[in-house]
Amino acid sequence: MKISTMKDLLDAEVLCCEENLGRHVYSACGCDLMSDVLAYVKDQAVLLTGLVNPQVIRTAEMMDMVCIVFVRSKLPTEEMLNLAKDSGIVIMQTKKRLYEACGILYSNGLVGNKAKNE
Amino acid sequence: MSEELVFHFDVDGEDFTSAGQASVQIKKILRRLGLSPEIIRRVSIAMYEGEINMVIHAGGGVADVRVFEDYIELVLKDKGPGISDINKAMQEGYSTATDTIRSLGFGAGMGLPNMKRYSDTMEINSVVGEGTEIKMRVNIR
Repeated sequence: MKISTMKDLLDAEVLCCEENLGRHVYSACGCDLMSDVLAYVKDQAVLLTGLVNPQVIRTAEMMDMVCIVFVRSKLPTEEMLNLAKDSGIVIMQTKKRLYEACGILYSNGLVGNKAKNE
Repeated sequence: MSEELVFHFDVDGEDFTSAGQASVQIKKILRRLGLSPEIIRRVSIAMYEGEINMVIHAGGGVADVRVFEDYIELVLKDKGPGISDINKAMQEGYSTATDTIRSLGFGAGMGLPNMKRYSDTMEINSVVGEGTEIKMRVNIR
């Protein structure tokens, strides 16, 4: 799925790295516990989370993720956006809740941990 | 590579938001050295969890990374309170972190288990009241 398709499906607003919306992603995870992301997520490209602090960006960076979606209209700080820009990670924000956002993406073909990402 | 490459980092214990800076740096260095993405990810996640641990439990510390021909060695040292029961600390889900740390997405009792998961060997030497030293090795081939 293209990141731009995710944006449309989630009715999301892009906050940085818009130039990477054309990238394709093949799996995602929804989680507020960064240690779990670091433990169980392999070859995931997208993180959906309700947690807002700089360690969310760093966790995504460690995992080579390419996009973070903040749910329930949570807004990242300027510092977080700068960290994301350094790594080219697309940051989006949606009004939807975590469960709903994950469900929409899953039912449109973006599954969990099955496929390898670009 | 006949001589190993050595990188030293000071991990600031004052500021949780800056934790992870050394891991980001080592990730960049390993990329420049042309190592495989899988190895880079394993080393940087092990280092990142170690850094987070030093910040939340020990008030910071130092990290030394040595890149040898066949493996990468990470040594993390702190002068924190030490780990009284290492077996317990290695159990997934066991944590002594505060609620504040938990609210930041960490302290779920996954730090040490994750470090073990991503390294090929891991040794912990800890003395209560003096500090902890963790040595990890990630094989390159």
